[in-house]
Parts: sequence; C-alpha cells; structure tokens
Amino acid sequence: MKQTSLKRWFNSGAPGVWLSAGAVSIAVIMTIGLLAVIAVRGLGHFWPADVISAQYDVPGQESHVLVGELVQSEQVPRARLKAAGLPVPDRGPEFMTRDLFKVGNRDISPSDFNWVIGEWLKDPRKPAELMTLERREWGNFYGYLVNVKEDGKVVAQGEAAWPQLQARIERVQGISDQLDDLEKGEIGAINHGIERLRLRARKLELNGELDAAAQADMATERAEYDARYKDVESRLGALHAEYNRDSLTARDANGKEIEISIGKVVHAYQPNAMGTMTKLGFYFQKLWEFLSDDPREANTEGGIFPAIFGTVMMTLIMAVIVTPFGVLAAVYLREYARQGVMTRLIRIAVNNLAGVPAIVYGVFGLGFFVYVLGGSLDQLFFPEALPAPTFGTPGLLWASLTLALLAVPVVIVATEEGLARIPLTLREGSLALGATKAETLWKIVLPMASPAMMTGLILAVARAAGEVAPLMLVGVVKMAPSLPLDGNYPYLHLDQKIMHLGFHIYDVGFQSPNVEAARPLVYATALLLVLVIALLNLSAVTIRNRLRDKYKAFED
Amino acid sequence: MQHEPHAHGINMSALGRKRQVLDLANEAVALEVPGLDLFYGEKQALFDIRMNIPKQRVTSFIGPSGCGKSTLLRTFNRMNDLVDGCRVQGEIKLYGHDIYTKGEDVAELRRRVGMVFQKPNPFPKTVYENVVYGLRIQGVNKKRVLDEAVEWALRGAALWDEVKDRLHESALGLSGGQQQRLVIARTIAVEPEVLLLDEPCSALDPISTLKVEELIYELKSKYTIVIVTHNMQQAARVSDYTAFLHMGKVVEYGDTDTLFTNPTKKQTEDYITGRYG
Repeated sequence: MKQTSLKRWFNSGAPGVWLSAGAVSIAVIMTIGLLAVIAVRGLGHFWPADVISAQYDVPGQESHVLVGELVQSEQVPRARLKAAGLPVPDRGPEFMTRDLFKVGNRDISPSDFNWVIGEWLKDPRKPAELMTLERREWGNFYGYLVNVKEDGKVVAQGEAAWPQLQARIERVQGISDQLDDLEKGEIGAINHGIERLRLRARKLELNGELDAAAQADMATERAEYDARYKDVESRLGALHAEYNRDSLTARDANGKEIEISIGKVVHAYQPNAMGTMTKLGFYFQKLWEFLSDDPREANTEGGIFPAIFGTVMMTLIMAVIVTPFGVLAAVYLREYARQGVMTRLIRIAVNNLAGVPAIVYGVFGLGFFVYVLGGSLDQLFFPEALPAPTFGTPGLLWASLTLALLAVPVVIVATEEGLARIPLTLREGSLALGATKAETLWKIVLPMASPAMMTGLILAVARAAGEVAPLMLVGVVKMAPSLPLDGNYPYLHLDQKIMHLGFHIYDVGFQSPNVEAARPLVYATALLLVLVIALLNLSAVTIRNRLRDKYKAFED
Repeated sequence: MQHEPHAHGINMSALGRKRQVLDLANEAVALEVPGLDLFYGEKQALFDIRMNIPKQRVTSFIGPSGCGKSTLLRTFNRMNDLVDGCRVQGEIKLYGHDIYTKGEDVAELRRRVGMVFQKPNPFPKTVYENVVYGLRIQGVNKKRVLDEAVEWALRGAALWDEVKDRLHESALGLSGGQQQRLVIARTIAVEPEVLLLDEPCSALDPISTLKVEELIYELKSKYTIVIVTHNMQQAARVSDYTAFLHMGKVVEYGDTDTLFTNPTKKQTEDYITGRYG
C-alpha cells in the first residue's frame, strides 16, 4: 500500500518539481550571498570606526596604553594561546578573546596591526579628542593633537588647534590639486613635446636628413620647451614651499610627540566625537574618494580610479574590435559560404575556440600580438624610438585585441543564430524590389539581426571584462603612471599599459606588503568589478531590448 | 434573360461578372515561354511549359497544391535562383529578351517584374520607408521625388486614405489587408512592367480580399498581372486568362470564361467542379 503511494508520488512529477525548484533556490542564495559578503566586507571599510584607548596589561610586563580601531574579534582556546608562548594563566574559562587592533603609527611602532588578548585590556574608553590622521605616507596615525605650526612657529594649541588644523588641511588640499595639475598636465605636456622632438630628430638622423636647418629649427623648439619648463619649475618650487609651510605636532598614546607636515595629511577627524550624520557624510566622501582617486602606498590606500578607467576603456575597445569582426565572419559563414563539410568544420572550430583556457590566449597574445605584430610595427613605423619599444611591448591595444580574440566565437555564434532567424519572406521581399543580395543584407537582414548581435556582444563583454589571467601577459600592470586617455596627441594612447580591476584584486590581495590593511580593499574592488561589468552589460541589454522592440512583430 | 450554361463549369454570372470576348491569339505578348523545364536537383518540377502571358491583362494560374504554379511564377523574375539545386532549361522572353541569358542583371529584371507574396511581408520600417525602399535602392534620394512617389503608389494601391496620417509610423502596425496593399504599393512604386502575385489573398480576411481583388482589377490597365491562386472563384472573378496546371504541366490555358464554363479537358472539369484536387 505504502509502496504504491510512493510510486504514485514519483510518477506525479512532484520530485522533479522539487528538485528543480531547489536548484533554482540554491543558485539564487549563492548569488545573493556572494554579493552580500563582498558588499558588507568591502563597503564597511569606509565607515569611520571609533578609536578605542585602553590600558593593556600583559601579566609580568609593564602596562602600556593601546590606541586603535577594533578590526576583528575571535574566540581562541586557552591552550593554543599558551602554546604560542603567551603568559596565559593556567586557570580560567577554556576560551579567551583575541582582538585585532589597527594601531597605525607605522612610522613609530613596529607594526600597524596588533593581536591582543581581550581579557587583558583594562578600562577601554573612547576619548572624544582622540584623532585619526589619514596620511599620504606611513598609513593612519592615532593620537592627540598638540599644536599647529606655521614655518616652525606655533600658531595654535589646545582647543584652538583643531579648527586651525582643518583649515590648513583644506588649504594644502588646494595646493596639492594645483601641484597635480602642474605635474601631470603641464610637465606631462612638456615631456611629451620634448620626447616627440627627440624622436623627430632621431627619425631625420636615420633618414640622413638631419641638416643644419632642421637642427636649428629643433633647437629653437627645444629652447621654447626649456623656457616653459623653467617657468613651471619655479612655480612648482613656490608651491612646494607653500605646501610644506605648515606642520602639526601630535602625541601618541604613550606620550611620544612627533611632528607631521600638514602636506602629508589627507584627512584629520575625531571619530569618537562624530555623530551618525557626520559619519555618514564622511562615509560617502571616502567612498567617492575610493572611486575617483589614484591609489597610494602600493595600492593599499587611496582610490582605484585608474583601474576602473582601464577596465572600461579596455572593454570598450574590445567591443569595438570584436563586433565588426565577429559579425563579418558570421555573415560570411551564414550568407555567402556554401553550406557543407567545410563550413561545418569551421563552425566546430569556432565553438571550440570558445572553450580554450584564457591563459592560452594570453600566451598567444604575448607571442604573436606583442612580439611579432608589435615588433614589426615598431620596425616599420617607429624605428626612431628603438631600441625602446612602442608597440612591441604589452599595452592597451594588445590587451583589447587578445580579449577580442577570446570573445569573438561568442559573437559569431550569436550573430549566426540571429541571421538564421530572419524570415525568408523578408529577404525575398527585398530582392523582388530589385535589391541585390548585398543591399538586402545591409538594409534588411543586418538591422533585423542587430538584437542578436547585441546579445553576442553582451556575452562577449561578460566573458572578457572579468578576465584577468591573459591580461597579466599582454598589458595590465600593478601601477600605471598615467591614464591611456589624456590631452596629449594622439589623445588615446593604445600603446600604454593600463590598470585593471581584476588584476588589482589579485595584486592588492596577494602581492601586497600589508595584507591586513589591504583586505577590505580587495572586497571593495571585487564589488566594484562586479558592478562595472553589470553596468556594461546592463547598457548593452538596454540597447538590445530597444532594438528588439523595433523588430518585435517578426519574432514568429 | 438567357440563363448561361454551367453544366460543365461554375456559374460565372453568379460571381457578378460580365461575359467578355477574349482571344489569346489577338493579345500583345508580355512574357513568352517557348518551352521550359525546371528541376529541383534530380527531380523535375516543370515539364515543357509553353505559354504566352498577354500584356496588360490578368492571367491566373490555378491547380492543386504542388502542381508547380508558384514555381512557374517564380521563374518569371528568377526568384528560383535563390533555391539551392534549382536548375532551369529553356528560356523565358520578356518583350522578346531572354531573361535567362548569361550575365543578365537579375536585380534590374526584378525591378521590371515585381512580386507580391503569400504572406504580407512589409519591412520593419515606417510606411513611408517601405514604399520608397525600391527607389532608394535605385539611388533616388530627393525628398520631393520620394514624397510624390509615396502618394502616387499608395493611391495606386488604394491605401492612401487609410494611411496618409501615419506615413511615419511602423508598417507593422497596419492590418493584414493593409499590409498586403502596402506591399503592392511598394512594388508598383518602382514602376514595374509585370506584377507577379503569389496567392496574395490567402492570408487575408474576406473584406481585405475583396479590396485587393478590386485593386487588381484597377491595376491591369497599367500592368501585366500574373496571379497564382488556390481560390477558383477568385481566379474567375479577377482574371482574363487562366491556366490550369497539374503535375508540372499546363493542362489547359485559355480565356477565363471558356475555361470555367466550358473546359475542353476532363482533368480541368474535374478540378473546377470540385471532383478533384
């Protein structure tokens, strides 16, 4: 009796429904969980955490004051701590608390992250006047403000020092922006000009046309650049002097005083004195800095704008290359090639190409694009720059091209499917009006297949934008000094190396000298990478849906 | 009034049609088929077709499914070229010129011999762009010329009054009958000499069918029209001449009245009286 009802249950199909629904829920939970984890861990980093000050009494040692942010707390067996050589008393509960504190002050203390035993922390307080200094070098400083100096003379101390400090940080920020403009903009342009001049001279020399007139010409131009440089240099000197004018004296938890130039300070804030709204404002300011600033301190501090820019730029160039290439190939395969064994073989080959591991494309890109193609380009068009390579070295163009190669099968397959779906009656309608096959293709078939092409492009972007392994070989670096797009001719520098979010995650997470400091950035960058790819995809999906609406009536 | 004999065919007067006296021998010839065979791969689909399509008349092809009437129609503008493995032997002369000559400009031929298909197939563009499609292909881009052509062609296809306010809306929003008339307008916009209609009403409702039929009647003063139809009443209503095809052969070809009221072949009589097919 029971067996038959079980059998009936199986035959009803209910187990299948349960299984498939279960599979869907697991997929959904995993996706949401993944996003939640990286979002929480990454975004939490920018919150201005309270700074704790406490007496740290290690049995048998002199007590000292510990100041820092509590990063992490965990329960550890007493025996393990004892085995690690800590003076843990034999009696007591089995587990003890172990806290990770970010104590900063890397310039005066041995390490900026410390593990401490929670039970030995006495009298934890959050003094309102405790400040956090975010610095351009040496990481955060935690301590108390003593005074503010101008040209070495004290201008404010005690209560009055804090507003003075804020005003002076703002002033220095303005100077810093000017310095950036000068260094990146004007000096960059001058260097660029001088370099082009040098290359021109070398080219003329190679061609044997470097005569006196040309030399004189170039000498005057060079003199112009030199004069401009002198001018900029003097302005730079003045700005630097202004920049280093102010300094502050700070006292750390144990009474040691140090002097810090205000030019080195990015932010100064007293987190314990901040209300929730102030903290929220500060949070978004930090978030924005993360998105818009250059990285500092071996990528463990500051923003990741160059990496975002590089990723988007590379993906866009990839899309520009891969779309026409894939579409043309699909058009030939579907519309012109005679369907037979050969086309079937080509199709199989194309489909298999999509399954080749990405690193293989990287190796190919390095061997063929960079060395063979780039090397030949250098020989042909940039002999004056040799032996320094122009295109014969990894760069943006080769990274995009390698990714395009990696993604082209997807575009071909999707476009072919789209072409196959265009009804024959429409092609005939066009042909019957005296259009040739090519005209029919251009005016009717390709526009109608455009949603399919967009689908291919979406898949290509999804596949290429998240790729890291091949990029390490063909053009992505840890730190690129300038963006591939700027105001110097030819504006888009395809030969430049770029930064990339995917590689940035790897670099910050695994190659960083300061793992503890970098960890939240890994999550934040990962979240951003997901967002950037989602955004790229979303825009492509929007375009595709609009195209689909236009041609919807024929989807039957 | 004398009752017309219809013992051997269908009642023509019931279709509201006046008796005409027509004779193929007196007509000017637009398309001349002096003997044509057509093969799909190894299989022969048309056998020794010999017929003359008269100028500025409506000629209809009737016959059971698979008899080759559409295939024959498609040889007139070489639409069969698109079919893999299709091979034509013999010739077809359009005003004396063999359209199967080597090096024939097929695109130009198709402009001169326009075609309307079974299912309305407007392009996913605006009404306006549909009509001017053929002209743009020919390189006509002057707005004034195109505007005039659109009005002229849409009036010619009896569609102007219905769509003149929505010329720049998508053609896909029109009804099936309007779409089919739009396709006819699109075809006559390039001023063809011959119009081939391949079952143009089979996907339309009765009222739209009536409108298209009226249109065909109007158009024959300007164009030579060849229509393939499944519907014998339709053939009887609109055409001057009718050919009955069976198994890839022309069984009987003559003026419509005679063919329907007094067929000479037994096969024809069986088909039109519904005993067969």
